[in-house]
Amino acid sequence: MWYRILLNRLILAAVTLLGVAVVVFVLVRVVPGDPIAMMIAPGASEADIQDLRVRYGLDLPIVQQFTVWIKGILAGDFGKSFSLRQGVVGLVVGRVPATLELAGLALAIAMGLGVGIAVVATLARGRWLETLIDNVNGLVLAVPDFIWALVFVLVLGVLWPVLPISGRVDPRLDLDLASNFYLAEAFFTGQFKLVGHLLTHMIMPAVALALPLAAIIARVMKGALQEAMLQDYVVLARIKGFSRLRIVLQEAMRNAVVPVLSLTGVQFTFLVGGTVIVERIFSYPGIGNMAIDAVINRDLPLIQGLVLAFAIMFILINLAVDLITIVLNPRLRHG
Amino acid sequence: MNFDRRQVLKTSAAGFAAASAFSLSPLFAADDGTVTIAYNVNLPSWDPTVGLSTVNPTIQSIYRSIFDQFIGQEPNLDFKPGLLTAWGWSDDRKQVWMDVREGVTWHDGSPFTPEDIVWSLERAGKKETGNPIQFVWSKIGNFKIEGNKITADVLAFEPTLFKWMSFLTAYVMPKAYYEKVGADGFEAKPIGTGPYMVDKFERNAFLRLKANPNYWGGKPAFDTVIYKFVPDATSRVAEVESGSADITLDIPYEEFDRLKAKDGLTGVTTPISDIGMIFLNDVGVMEDKNVRMAAAMAINKKAIVERLLRGYGEPIDTLEAPQYAAFDASIKVPYDPDKAVELLKASGYSKDNPVKFPIQTTRGLKPKDYEMIQAIVGMWRKVGIQAEIEVYEIAKHYELRATDKLAPAAFYNWGNAIGDPTTSTGFAMFGPSPHSVWDTDDLDGMIGPLWGEANEAKRIAGWKAVDKYIAEQAYVIPLLQYVQPIVYNNKVKIVPNVAGAPEPVHMTKP
Repeated sequence: MWYRILLNRLILAAVTLLGVAVVVFVLVRVVPGDPIAMMIAPGASEADIQDLRVRYGLDLPIVQQFTVWIKGILAGDFGKSFSLRQGVVGLVVGRVPATLELAGLALAIAMGLGVGIAVVATLARGRWLETLIDNVNGLVLAVPDFIWALVFVLVLGVLWPVLPISGRVDPRLDLDLASNFYLAEAFFTGQFKLVGHLLTHMIMPAVALALPLAAIIARVMKGALQEAMLQDYVVLARIKGFSRLRIVLQEAMRNAVVPVLSLTGVQFTFLVGGTVIVERIFSYPGIGNMAIDAVINRDLPLIQGLVLAFAIMFILINLAVDLITIVLNPRLRHG
Repeated sequence: MNFDRRQVLKTSAAGFAAASAFSLSPLFAADDGTVTIAYNVNLPSWDPTVGLSTVNPTIQSIYRSIFDQFIGQEPNLDFKPGLLTAWGWSDDRKQVWMDVREGVTWHDGSPFTPEDIVWSLERAGKKETGNPIQFVWSKIGNFKIEGNKITADVLAFEPTLFKWMSFLTAYVMPKAYYEKVGADGFEAKPIGTGPYMVDKFERNAFLRLKANPNYWGGKPAFDTVIYKFVPDATSRVAEVESGSADITLDIPYEEFDRLKAKDGLTGVTTPISDIGMIFLNDVGVMEDKNVRMAAAMAINKKAIVERLLRGYGEPIDTLEAPQYAAFDASIKVPYDPDKAVELLKASGYSKDNPVKFPIQTTRGLKPKDYEMIQAIVGMWRKVGIQAEIEVYEIAKHYELRATDKLAPAAFYNWGNAIGDPTTSTGFAMFGPSPHSVWDTDDLDGMIGPLWGEANEAKRIAGWKAVDKYIAEQAYVIPLLQYVQPIVYNNKVKIVPNVAGAPEPVHMTKP
C-alpha cells in the first residue's frame, strides 16, 4: 500500500509545483516595482529602456513569458539572474545545502529539546516543575525566531562574545571540501575539529529557529504522553513495577510520537521559511539570505527559482513525514 | 530499559568526550596583517562594468581594491592618475589623448598594455555589452595606439568623459584573460591590476583579498582584507563591538555615538556625496509656485538634522554639495514659516483650508527617512499644507520615477561621486532624463545647451545659474547632505571617502 500512497503523493507534488510556479510567476509581475526601472542608466533614452525590456524578455505578453520560462525549466534552464548574472540553477543549488544543514540542525535541536522537556514535564506532573515548564514553554512559544536571533547576537555575540555572529565559516579558513554540505561532509570524513568550528557558526541561528518549534513539540508531546499514561497498557506496566521513566520512554512514547511527527512535519516547513530572516541576521549564506536580495533587486528569475526551491523542500519534507508516519503507524501501513 | 544514576553519569561522560572531540578551539591564529570590514552591501557580480551592481556607489570600494580605473580618485573626490597617467582633449575637442602607465602587471602576472585600455573602452561603449554608462563610453571611438599613447576620435562631445573615467563602470579589464576564460570564467576567477587580489569569495557571506605584491602604487598596509557581508545594521554593530570585525559603517547614529564612546573604538563621520531630497512633480498643486515655495520655506532643515539625525547631516539648499564642482554657497532657501503662510494665502490656502497632496517616502532605506518626512509633514501642517504620507519600496520609487508617475512630492536620495553637476542637477532635473520628474520647458531650455558646452568655466557657471533658478522656483527641495558614520578599532586607521565607500588601500596600521 505504501507505494500507492507514495505515487499519489508524487502526483500531488507535481500538481502543487505547477500551481506554485503559476502563482509565483504572476505574483512577482503584479507586485509594485518594475525590475527594468531599477536598471535604467542616468542617460538612458526611451529606446535604451525598450532594449532592456527586450534583452530580459519582459517585452513579451505575460502568457508568452510564462511559456518561455516553463519550457526552459523542462529543459533544466531556470533562466539567468538579473542581478547576479549567473544561471539560477547553479546559484540556488549552491546555496540550498547551507539552508538544509541549518534547518536540519534546528530540527534536531527542536526535537531533542521538545521531547526532552515533554518527558520531564510528564514525569513532574502535578508538581511545581510542571508549572514552571508550562510557563517557560508559553514564553518561548510567544517569541518569534528572529527576536531570539537578535537576543543571541547581543548576549552570546557581544555581551559575552563566545560565538561568531556571522557567516557559515570563518573567512580566514580554507576549506578542503568537495560539496557544499560542509557539516555533513566534515562529519563523515572525520574532520571533527572542522565540525566543531562549523557548529559554532550554526548554533545560534539554529537554536533561534529551533526554539519556537521546540515549544510546540513539547506542548503536543506532553499532551500525548499524558494521555498515553492513562491507557491500560501503561497501568499494566505500573502494576508490573516498572519505573516511571521507563514507562514514559518505553511504553507511552511510541504511541505519543505519531501525532508529534505529523505536527513537526508541518511546523518544519515554517521553520524553513523562518530561515529567510534568521539567515539575514546572521549573514548566513543560504537561500533565505539570497531571497531577500532577490526581492530587493526585483530579480524575477532568481525569485522564481528560490520560491520553487522552497516549494520542493516543503513537498519533500511533507512526503518524508508521511512515509515515516506510515512506517510508525501499523494501521496506515496495512491500509 | 532501566536508567539509573550510574548510566546517566556514563552517558554524560560520553557526551563530554564527544564534545571535546568537536573542539571549539580556533583553527588559525590571530593575524595582525588582516583587517576585517563588516560591510553593508553584498557583492552581486565580479564584472565591474556590466549589470546592476556596477552602479551601486558602495560596492566601488570592493571593485577599486581589485581593479584599477582609467583615472584614479582621491578620498576627497580629487582626480589623480590611475592606469592613465595623463589625458586630455585636442584643442578643437575632436580628439582625446591618453598616456598609459607602464610596468603594470595583471594579477596573473601577464603584462598590462594599452590594448587593455582600448578593449575596455570599446567593450564599454557597445550597447550589447550591457554597460549602464554606455551612453558616455560610446562617445569616443576609432582608437589608435602609438607606444603608450592612445588617441581616439570624439564621436559626440561629452564634457564629463574624463570625470566618468574615475567613476561607475570605469574599470580596466584584462583583454587577453577575459577573451580566454569568458564571462563565466571571469566570474569564477576575476583578475585586475589593483592593490588586492581575490583570494576567496563566498557569496552573501564574505570576500577575502590578498595584497598584490606587484602593485604599481606600492604594497598596501594590510596583507589580507576580509569583507564580511552584513546587510543587517544591528549585526554590523555587534560585529565591531564584539571584535569580530575591525571596521564597520552606515550604522544608526545612536549606535555610532554609543560605540565611539567605548574604549578601543573610534568613530569618524564624513559628509558624503549623497543628498536627501524631495522630488517635486509638475502635476496638480505643484504647478503653483507659491505652494512649492511655501513647502520649501516651511522646512526647518537644521532642526531635522539636529533633532532627528543627532547632528549628523549638512542642511543643503541645492543639489550640489560643497565638494562638487558647481557648488554655490550663495544659493539659499531660507526657513521662513511666516513667508510660507503668506505665499499660501496668496494662492487661497490657509491652515483652515490647507493645500492637500500626497508625499511618498521610503522607510528604513536611509537613516530616519520616514521620521524626517513625518517631521516635515508636521512643519507643513503649521503653515497650511496637509500632506498624506505614502510609504513605498525602492523598486516602486524607480518604477514611478521612470514613468513620471511619482506623487507631487516624493522623498529620495541622490549620489554624485564625480562631483559634476550633470550627474546631480542634470540627471535629476532635466525633463528628458528618465530619472527626472520635473519637466518644464523653461528649465530644460536652460539645461539643454550645457550638456555639450566645451568651455569648462562657462559650463560650470551655467550649471550654477541653473541651480539658482531651481532654488528660486522651488522645482525640488534639497534637504541635507548625508554624513557617513564609520567605527573602527585601534588595529587600523582609516581615511573616510566622500564617495561613501572607504577603501582598504587607504587603511593603515596605527
